[in-house]
This record gives sequence, structure tokens and C-alpha cells, in this order.
Amino acid sequence: MESVGTINPSTLSVKDLPWQIMWNKDKCTLCGQCTTVCPVRAIELGVHRKRTLQVPIGLEEKPGNLLSVYFGIDQRTDVAHACVGCGMCNLVCPNGAIMPLRSNEIDKFRFHVNQGGEPRRRGGRRNSADSVLDKIKFVRISMLTDPALDAGRHEFELRTLLGRILPPEEMLKVSRENGWMPPVREIYPLVIGSMSFGALSPNMWEGLQMGVAYLNEELGMPVRICTGEGGCPPRLLKSRFLKYVILQIASGYFGWDEIIHNLPYMKEDPCAIEIKYGQGAKPGDGGLLMWYKVNKLIAAIRGVPQGVSLPSPPTHQTKYSIEEAVAKMIQSMYMAWGFRVPVYPKISATSTTLAVLNNLTRNPYAAGLAIDGEDGGTGAAYNVSMNHMGHPLASNLRDAYLNLVKLGKQNEIPLFAGGGIGKNGNLAANAAALIMLGASGVQTGKYIMQAAAGCLGSEADRCNVCNIGVCPKGITSQDSRLDRRLDPEKVAQRIVDVYLNFDTELKKIFAPLGRSTSLPIGMSDALGIDDAAAAERLNIKYVL
Amino acid sequence: MCRLFSITSNDPLSPMVAIRAIDVMKEGHDGSGVGLFLTDLGGEFQNFKDEPILSGIFSNEGLKNLDRFMIDQDFMVKYKLSIKPAKTPPPGTPKRDNYVIRVYEYPAEWENLSKEEVQFRLMMVQLQLRRMGEQDESMLIFSFWPDVIMIKEVGDPLAIAEYLGLDRKELMARVILSQGRQNTNYAINIYACHPFFIQGMASATNGENTAFVPIREFLTSRNFPGYTGYNSDSEVFTHILHYMQNKLGMGMEMYKHIITPLKDTELDRHPNGQWLRNLKQSCRPLIIDGPNCVIGCLPDKSMFMVQDSKKLRPGVVGGRPGLFAFSSEMCGLDAAIPDRYINLDYQPMKYETVLVSRERQEIKKWNQLEPLTHPH
Repeated sequence: MESVGTINPSTLSVKDLPWQIMWNKDKCTLCGQCTTVCPVRAIELGVHRKRTLQVPIGLEEKPGNLLSVYFGIDQRTDVAHACVGCGMCNLVCPNGAIMPLRSNEIDKFRFHVNQGGEPRRRGGRRNSADSVLDKIKFVRISMLTDPALDAGRHEFELRTLLGRILPPEEMLKVSRENGWMPPVREIYPLVIGSMSFGALSPNMWEGLQMGVAYLNEELGMPVRICTGEGGCPPRLLKSRFLKYVILQIASGYFGWDEIIHNLPYMKEDPCAIEIKYGQGAKPGDGGLLMWYKVNKLIAAIRGVPQGVSLPSPPTHQTKYSIEEAVAKMIQSMYMAWGFRVPVYPKISATSTTLAVLNNLTRNPYAAGLAIDGEDGGTGAAYNVSMNHMGHPLASNLRDAYLNLVKLGKQNEIPLFAGGGIGKNGNLAANAAALIMLGASGVQTGKYIMQAAAGCLGSEADRCNVCNIGVCPKGITSQDSRLDRRLDPEKVAQRIVDVYLNFDTELKKIFAPLGRSTSLPIGMSDALGIDDAAAAERLNIKYVL
Repeated sequence: MCRLFSITSNDPLSPMVAIRAIDVMKEGHDGSGVGLFLTDLGGEFQNFKDEPILSGIFSNEGLKNLDRFMIDQDFMVKYKLSIKPAKTPPPGTPKRDNYVIRVYEYPAEWENLSKEEVQFRLMMVQLQLRRMGEQDESMLIFSFWPDVIMIKEVGDPLAIAEYLGLDRKELMARVILSQGRQNTNYAINIYACHPFFIQGMASATNGENTAFVPIREFLTSRNFPGYTGYNSDSEVFTHILHYMQNKLGMGMEMYKHIITPLKDTELDRHPNGQWLRNLKQSCRPLIIDGPNCVIGCLPDKSMFMVQDSKKLRPGVVGGRPGLFAFSSEMCGLDAAIPDRYINLDYQPMKYETVLVSRERQEIKKWNQLEPLTHPH
């Protein structure tokens, strides 16, 4: 700092920041890779002047100063360049001379990331490691009379259904009368949640699609992936792989020009259409793709001008009410594909979920309901939305399921749960818990990004710069210099790893419970939790 | 593991035939209870084929309440079998006041009711009585149905049978279902004793139905008052059978397709695959899991056996024209019908349903992989 400088209210020291860069002069080779790789330019070459006091023995020479200069790293402290803790500097350093460390107290930075009155926006998640799902244990272990099954040798039915399922009486009637049978898809219960082309880089998208295609075509696992709101590349729309894709339509209708224009050229129907009314990370707020990421390709697919921010409205502006949206939008989407493709809404978990659900039960076309809890992730949202808005998933999903049970429609409208599944790495256990609470399947995005592409985000507000297109791993950027860090083939390979691992772990959970012939949807007698209030709320066993 | 034994015979048999077979299989049950379902009755009850028979256990107070209730409903006792147990019950068996088997005459006002309505009302009377006695256990009701007698008690089967004097000549039946209970993870509750009964059909199971809770939720949400109880996870087998026959109008051929549907790859090859796939999806919450051998009896007095989809339990059917037995263990069958051609014994596997109809001429078998015979 210059001696004549002033101290402003937002003048921060390194100590005030959430992340401090620890740099070791002895190890540093001054190669400059760390400063180059830093996504937010939090570090720069520092030229440091150093004074050494020289005190010779004797009186002949007077004590004096030896002034020298050395080169190293400076951590910038202005708000725009605060370290995000991604740790890329550490990854590229040949000598391990540099590393960001989390501050040992609540940072001062958070009070200042609103320069110009603009609240903080970021990518990521709620930044809380709490997870009720992690606390749920599977307590009904088969012993003696019903021997536990062999996860490695027995056959397991792990598929689930997506689509409106007729009650048996109705199915028989429709079948007798040759009536319309709603389309139902038999899919794998772990769906790759909606991450749009635009939010994700082309390489990431390609990797995901390749992985999904491999799982389906080579391994026979009917894995499905949802596009998110951002359209779908025409080449995929016209390919046979479209059947593995759930197309999402949201309030911005981005990409739907392209989809509609490609309808006549589609060789296959998509798996389903997801109508996004809300998402868990920013409930009640529309999608947001910031201008940094709207390059020529994205603009073309979405049908928008280049370089402008794309905030979707919070609601579908063409609809008067949720009732209309449910009735008309679902129906018009059905009509577009000749009533051959299931259409279902996705909402953010809310205390009003049951109102939506009750509407759906009366709509013979509603093919399911996806509920996205507060722990959902996003590529861009206001910090306040992410941290404070939304409803926890577990109780919301459970309420929805038990409501369906009360109506006797638990098999008719499949519930899909999303948001924070596997947030602490326990993907299969979280998914199994949700299934036994009543979900027909789960959707996950963040886990896939972390496991299949090496996303650096964490619950400790690490990285989280997906919104400005500088993803240091090339996962959420639209800059080809960054994207090329991500090899689509490797992403595809990791997707396969993730699914095979998930499949084995799921069997390792179901087998000891003595379940193999069908997905144990609603098998709540298997669940326990060491929290009396949670046990009562979820209507499961309280165990200590 | 519980033991099951059932027998169907042209000539009425004493329930002791089944009790002795259960006793032979004693290695596998701990004598924590016995249940008997008798139908196609002989003996004295042959004369009352169409009148409903009430079976249950009553305290003295409960019996008074029963009489008051039945008189109010205009049911008149037509015949009763008085069971006078010995003074001291066998170890483990509680002392009861009255074991009741009574034939009633229908109320006059029921005369012109449809068969369905009569059957519904009979079930409702049974449920109402059960509810009345539930609090103080003054009434334990097992069945209220024409041509059906049920006896259940806690304790060793043979000891109970001797204690109750079940070898009497008035008590004879052509169709007998029995279970020797190995009490498992539910407290000894007499309502948890197999066989289970609903509107003329009954079934008994040995095993554990791990998919019990979602199935129970599905059945109770059908809004049919008879789908209740569920003190045992095996009760749902009887209710699924009832739901299939009475609500969906399907025959026994479809039972396996509902409780243990074919896998997707098998459905792809099945001539009725598409239809069966729709059925599997619609009836998904009725898919059972865990090891289970189910023996049951239909209202037309035919007797069947099916296995779970992994065939984790034993089960054998054998006999000769006029007399067939279904047993969870070979030794039970050997004890009951030693003089049979054992090469014709049949152990149904995971895709099969075996059935002996009232004519008792042969063991009918069919396999889920075969085309369906009835258009649905």
C-alpha cells in the first residue's frame, strides 16, 4: 500500500478475505503458472523490496542497510479479485509452493461483495454441510427368516417408472376399450439433473451425453439426462440418442425454437418433457445465464443475441395461473409429440407443494412431479436466494408421498427428488433414503459435476464462479481456452464409473433389506434416524 | 420358519390330519401358534352350506355382547358347536372362556339382497365385531362366512388340538388349510396367525414379505373396508388375491403376474408382453419381496400354491385323485398321504402356479412364461 493511500470502508486486508494464499518463497520457482491459471486473478507477480540490516564487527565500518529485491506472489484484496479458494494454483504448482487456506473466522469480505449496490451472485450451492439424508440409517436388516440377499449374485430390479401410471382398474378398462394409455418410461432411478447447454461448457455436455449413451447402449442401464433450460444441439435432436434425453422447458423458453423446428426431423421421441416452474437453488427466481457465457454458439442454440445476460422470468409469463400452466402447458407439450412423451413439472420444494400435487392428481396427463429441495445447485443465482430461500427436501418429499398414499395415487404420479443428493459424497445412501421415503427416483447435478468432471465447488463456498464463465476446470465456462482443459471422453468414462459404483452401492443397501424384486419405493419401515423430531416428522423410526 | 400344510379331499377329513402333518414338521416351528381354515365342510355343518358361520374366541362378557349385537342385527343362531376345552390349557396357551363356532340364519331383510351385497355385509359384520372386541380382547373374530370355519390359538398345534378336542366327528372338512407358527418379528398376536381370510378366500404363508409396508399402504388406500388388520406382513397375500379377483375381475392365472411379475427381458419375449407390462406397472406396489411360499384356497374351493420370484422356500404338492396335500415340507406330505405315487409329486418353482380344483382329479400347473389363456 502506498504511504499516501487512504483507507476506504471496503479496503480489506488479506486476513479479511475468506481465503488466504499461503506462498512458500523457498519452494517457488517463479514459473508463473499459478498467476496464469487463477480464474479471478487473485494473485499477481509481486516485486518485493527487502531491507537487511548489516552490523559489522568492530568500529571500522558503520552499520548499514542492504537493500535487495525479490520476486514472488501478491494476493489482491479488492473485492473483485478476492481469492475464491479453488486451489488451481496448488494444482499447477510444480513444487507445491502455494495453496489457499480457509480463514479461521467469518470473513469481512461478505460485507463488501455488494459494490455499486449489486448483491453477490455466484454459482454453487447453499454452503451448508447439514444433511438430514446423511443421518438416515437403514435399520431393517433381514435376519434369519428372511435371509439378506446377495448383492453380488442375485438379480435386482432397480428400474423405476416415469410417466402417468393408470390405476389397475383404469388400465384394464383402457386396455379393453383400446383407449389412450399414457406413455410410461422405464428408467434408471438416478437421473442426471437439469444442467443447461450454456451453463455447462460444450465439452462437459458432450462428455455427459457420451457417458449416458454408453451406459444405455453398452451396459443396458436406462440412464436419462435432463437438458435444463437452454435447448439442445440440433445434431442431438436429430439423433437416435434423443431418447435418453429429457428436454426441459422453462420460463425463458430458451432453445425451444430450435426444438420445435427440429420436430419433423426427430428419429426418436425424447424420454420426457420437464416443465420447470422452479428450482431448489433459487426458488421462485428464474434461470440466469450471465452475459459472460452467452457466446456465438450459445446465442444460436438459445435463439438470442450474443453477449447479453439471460434472466428467465420467475414464472411462465404466458400462463395465468398454476392451474392453467398445469392444464394447458402439459397438454400442449403432449400434443407436440402426439401424446407419446410423458410431460411432468418440476418445482422447487415449498410449503405449498401439496397444492401443486393435488392439482396434478386431477390432471390425467401429469406424468410425475419433480421436487427440487433447498440444497439444489445452480450455475448462477443471487447469494441470498441460494442461502436462504427454499424448503428442505426430505420432509417435503415425504409429505407429498404420504399425501398421495392418502389419495391412493402413490403409484400413479411418480415423485422425483432433487437437491443436495450426495452433497457430502453419499449419493447411493441419500438416493436410497429418498426412495424409501417415497421418491420414485432422484435427480442429481452437483455430484455428477464433482465426480465426473472434477468440479471444485464445496459447501465451504469454494470456487463458485460458475456464473462468470471462468470455471478453472472448463466445466461451466464458454471460453474455449478453458473448455479444452476438460476432455469429453474422460468425462464420459467417469460418468460410467459413477453409475456402476452407484449401482453396486444401491444393491449393497437393498440386499440386506431383503429387497430385490422392485425398487423399495415408500419402504419407510427400513429407515431410522437418531433425531426424535426428524423421526416424527418423517414418520420413520427413532433410533439411538 | 412357519410350516404350512393343506389338504383337499373328496371325503371329509378331521382337522387332526393337518395337525398331525404340522406336528411331523415340528422341527421348523416353535409351537407359538396354530391356525386352521376349514371349508367345503362335512359333518354336521354339511347341513348348513349357505348360512354364515361365525368363528372366534370370546370372553364371557364378549359372548353376551355378541348375542346382543347379533339379535339387534336380526341374526338367529341355527346351530352351534360347543367346544369344551380341558381344564388346564397346554403351556403357552392362554385360558379362554369360549371358543365359538356358530351357524346363523340370515336376517329376514337380507333376503332379496344381491349376492355381492350379502357378501359385503357379512364382511362388515365381521369387521364390526372385531372392532367391538379389540379394546378389551373380549372378542377375537376369525371369519363369518358360509361354509367356513376358522380356529386359531397360541401354543403348540398338537397340544392345542387335543386340548380343544378337534378330533370330534362334527368337525370335518374337505378342504383344510393349516399353519404351524414360528413367531418372528411381530409380537404373538392371534390376529397375526395364518391363514388369513377375506370374503371366502384364505391363504397362509411361510416367510417374510419385505415389501409389506408399501403393499399395505396401497391396499388400505383402495378404500375397501376389508383391507385392514395387517398384524402380519403375510395378510397382504390374501388381500392381493381378493383385490385381483373381486376388484380387477382376474382369475388365479394372474396372481403370479401381480405379486411376482416377469422381468423386463422376459416380458419382451412373452406373447402377451405389452399387456403384462402395463399390468406390472399399474400393480407395481403389489409386487412382493422376500422368501415366501403361499398356499391358499379360493371361494370355489380350489387350492393353490405359489412361490416368490427367487423360490427361496420349499413347497410340495402330491396325492392321488380324490386326495391331494400341499405341504411346505416333504415329510408333512409323507405323513398325510404315504400311499401316493411320489413321482407325481410336484414342487412349483419361481414361475409356476399349481392348483387342485374341487374335483380333485389332478394337479394343474401353469407357468408365467406361457401365453395367457383368457383375454383380459
